[in-house]
Amino acid sequence: MKKLVVVGNGMAGVACVEQILRHSPKFEITIFGDETHVNYNRILLSSVLAGEKTDEEIVLNGLEWYQRNHIDLRLGVRIVGVDTQARSVTGDDGSVTSFDKLLLATGSVPLIPSIEEVKKDGVFVFRNLDDTRALLERCRAGMKAVVIGGGLLGLEAARGLQVQGCEVTVVHLMEWLMERQLDAAGGAYLAAKMNQMGITVLLGLSTTAILGNGKVEGVQFKGGGSIPADLVVIAAGIRPNVGLGHEAGLEVKRGIVVNDYMETSHPDIFAVGECVQHNGICYGLVAPLIEQGKVLAATITGNKGPVYQGSVQAAKLKIMGVDVFSAGDVEDKLDGSEAIRYEDPALGIYRKLKLKKGILAGAILVGDTADSHRYLDWLRTQKDLVPLRRQLLFPAPTEDSGIDVAQMPDSETVCGCMGVTKGTIIQAIHEKGVNTLSQLKECTRASSGCGSCSSLCQSLLQAVVPEFEEEVRRTICKCIPVAEDHLRDILRSQWLKSVQEVLDIYGNGVGCEICKPALSYMLDMLWCGDHEEDRSARFINDRVHANIQKDGTFSVVPRIRGGVTSPDELRRIADVAEKYRVRMVKITGSQRIDLLGVKKADLPKVWADLGMPSGQAYTKGVRMVKTCVGTDFCRFGVQDSTSAGIELERRFENLFTPHKVKMGAVGCPRNCAEATVKDIGLVGQEGSWQVVVGGAAGKKVRKADLLVTVETTEQALQAAALFFQYYREGANYLERTYDFVERVGMERVRKETVYAPDAAKQALLERLRKSKERSSDAWLEGKTPRHRTQFIQIQPLEEVLA
Amino acid sequence: MKRKSAWIRAAYCHDIPLREGRAVRWGNREIAIFNLGDRFLAVANRCPHRGGPLSDGVVSGATVVCPIHAWKMSLETGKGIHGPSASSCVETFRTRVEGGIVLLEFIDNLGESEAAPSQELSLMCIQPGDCSSAAEA
Repeated sequence: MKKLVVVGNGMAGVACVEQILRHSPKFEITIFGDETHVNYNRILLSSVLAGEKTDEEIVLNGLEWYQRNHIDLRLGVRIVGVDTQARSVTGDDGSVTSFDKLLLATGSVPLIPSIEEVKKDGVFVFRNLDDTRALLERCRAGMKAVVIGGGLLGLEAARGLQVQGCEVTVVHLMEWLMERQLDAAGGAYLAAKMNQMGITVLLGLSTTAILGNGKVEGVQFKGGGSIPADLVVIAAGIRPNVGLGHEAGLEVKRGIVVNDYMETSHPDIFAVGECVQHNGICYGLVAPLIEQGKVLAATITGNKGPVYQGSVQAAKLKIMGVDVFSAGDVEDKLDGSEAIRYEDPALGIYRKLKLKKGILAGAILVGDTADSHRYLDWLRTQKDLVPLRRQLLFPAPTEDSGIDVAQMPDSETVCGCMGVTKGTIIQAIHEKGVNTLSQLKECTRASSGCGSCSSLCQSLLQAVVPEFEEEVRRTICKCIPVAEDHLRDILRSQWLKSVQEVLDIYGNGVGCEICKPALSYMLDMLWCGDHEEDRSARFINDRVHANIQKDGTFSVVPRIRGGVTSPDELRRIADVAEKYRVRMVKITGSQRIDLLGVKKADLPKVWADLGMPSGQAYTKGVRMVKTCVGTDFCRFGVQDSTSAGIELERRFENLFTPHKVKMGAVGCPRNCAEATVKDIGLVGQEGSWQVVVGGAAGKKVRKADLLVTVETTEQALQAAALFFQYYREGANYLERTYDFVERVGMERVRKETVYAPDAAKQALLERLRKSKERSSDAWLEGKTPRHRTQFIQIQPLEEVLA
Repeated sequence: MKRKSAWIRAAYCHDIPLREGRAVRWGNREIAIFNLGDRFLAVANRCPHRGGPLSDGVVSGATVVCPIHAWKMSLETGKGIHGPSASSCVETFRTRVEGGIVLLEFIDNLGESEAAPSQELSLMCIQPGDCSSAAEA
């Protein structure tokens, strides 16, 4: 078997190897990677920086893939020499490996502009997983971070650092952001969005020096101005890594020159990816590299035929709430082209199409990129747009999204990163029995790049797979056949305030045990407690504020905020347990005490004797905040989690939620109170709090997602409040936070809570404040019942004669 | 078979909130009375499944859903509505309202009452034809 040596274990090299494996004859393959990681998705490094994905989650080819394909993987070895006579490569570990064919996939290296003192401690590049880890290790909430470079990578790094709690400034040399992909107007829209998110953008500034004595303290600009910085990330672009090309005597210009068959000037040496130059162009985005790999795989295996004819350059910015798409040639110049523009400054939407002789030459979308696949398809197919002149900026309205998917031609690309067409996906669904998104990813690689096409893949699955289950528009039950989200709008606009009214007007007039509690919740939430409470629509637990047991008795759990109690409270609990012959006194899993086996008629007396508020352990509402001892006693605590937890519980207690909400606050990352598996968790760190949401440790175990990192406890409580109210308003009834965040997506959750415009945040907090103001401890009804017979047993007016 | 029926004054109407149930107890026997707005319906306060207190259930039209395991029972016929409950039934009682008071009709099946202790009465269906399997049992 002939030996193939691949230098470079990145996306382009490994994707090409994947293609090579599909051909025959087979090679004995060795892959060298100078990083110590298996092939991972470099596009998602910004998601790792933002805490949305873990290292493992971005792996594209696990070790078992290499083993299964008998690939000799040499990690941590940098190839430093190529001997074309001896046909061997030399590693920096001294190893010499011979080859029959050599594939160079060495990618690119960060371009470091000439800045004085650039090697200071605290200056980072952002190119690989190790860079990302180093950045994560260094950045802390409250730090001032400066990102040099306002291109795709720089902006994504800026956003990641901001999620980690840094105060971020982007410094860009050019007059507008992403100048290679956007025009001046598009750049201005983008800058406005970044500013709105709280990221400062400085344009037209050339950085001349990094300030500080050994450690970064600031950056200096041409002209003398400077700004302070604790951390600097250089993301000023990339340069093809062509050293080995020179070494091997290949024709090298900016990149290693290849022809349409992806051959270099040496018959047995090939190159693919960011290190190559094809037809004068070096590509730095993933889609072209995948296309190149397919061609190269055919050529190198002796199946020469397919040619690479260059790619349409397309780029998408992956920042929540900042939708930017650019493809093709977008430059404004007098080349006989015409520009078609649409803009809406209030909504932050900007669209520009560049047409040349009735054919799309380039497109810019800012603020709304939903149509990007349509434009990309027009670019690739050079579609004649003359008949579509009236529908260029917005497609003719379709009945629903399903039709939109159905109307896509099979040849249309769905996943731009991996070059997967609609036809390929349909084929995979039919021939390989694919019926989930993850299977589709596995099978076709679709949506495994930047992931922005996953909703499109989802709709395709939905349209084609009969068993595909996804709740699109959930109704509560058949009593009221209106989708839940729509129903909320109706109730609000129609000023409906009682369950029976809603059932009479929009339902079957009767209701059931499923919709009545759901509607009760919805009305309470919508009107911030100012609704007509109808206890007949509530489950028994919410009529008597205790948890019914299988024998018809009740369990009583008083509120013990943050799990902190006192001898006096414990004595009262003990007295109550004896006085009312409580059958079991149980410490719960939530740091509380449960009194089990209390008769309904005794409830008001039990509550009065306890003298403690309701712990709401019986309802779909705020349960508790579990805390660790934080800084008061613990040797390791770095944040006062006990006080923070108690305050969190105070702020949310007595409120209803779509499903129960359990929270936790821990004083250090040791996580003793398990905050990362709670619906809302505060995780204390040195100088900051991580606010995490959507965790679970029930039937399902799920690690909570990072919402935001903030400096102060008050900021953490506010972030928690924003999410809490957002969940109350947006979740379906009985939808736990962990299902909610998965359904909505953390990107959107962040965008609509902690990164929402100030007015939206204030509105959320204001509605929460109103609801809280109208809420009260349910056990007060022990003293002033809503109804005379709420708790007491009715005595018959007449005896039955024996 | 001889039958003796008696109307017993059970509770004030206003003690049973609209669309809710309340239990009234005579010795060992508990009866759940429900206020449906236009009428009152009554059944034994014991779900045929595991004995849950039906008076604490959510009312859905003329049915009640047991708070323990959500069996749904008809308040008119006593029959279970669907699923495993469909073959079970709960004793029903006729009601009438007089002067703001709900009255229940107690029927003593004299032909069998000597043999059967009174509390077992609540486990049986009385109204003929409604729950024939249980009535025959």
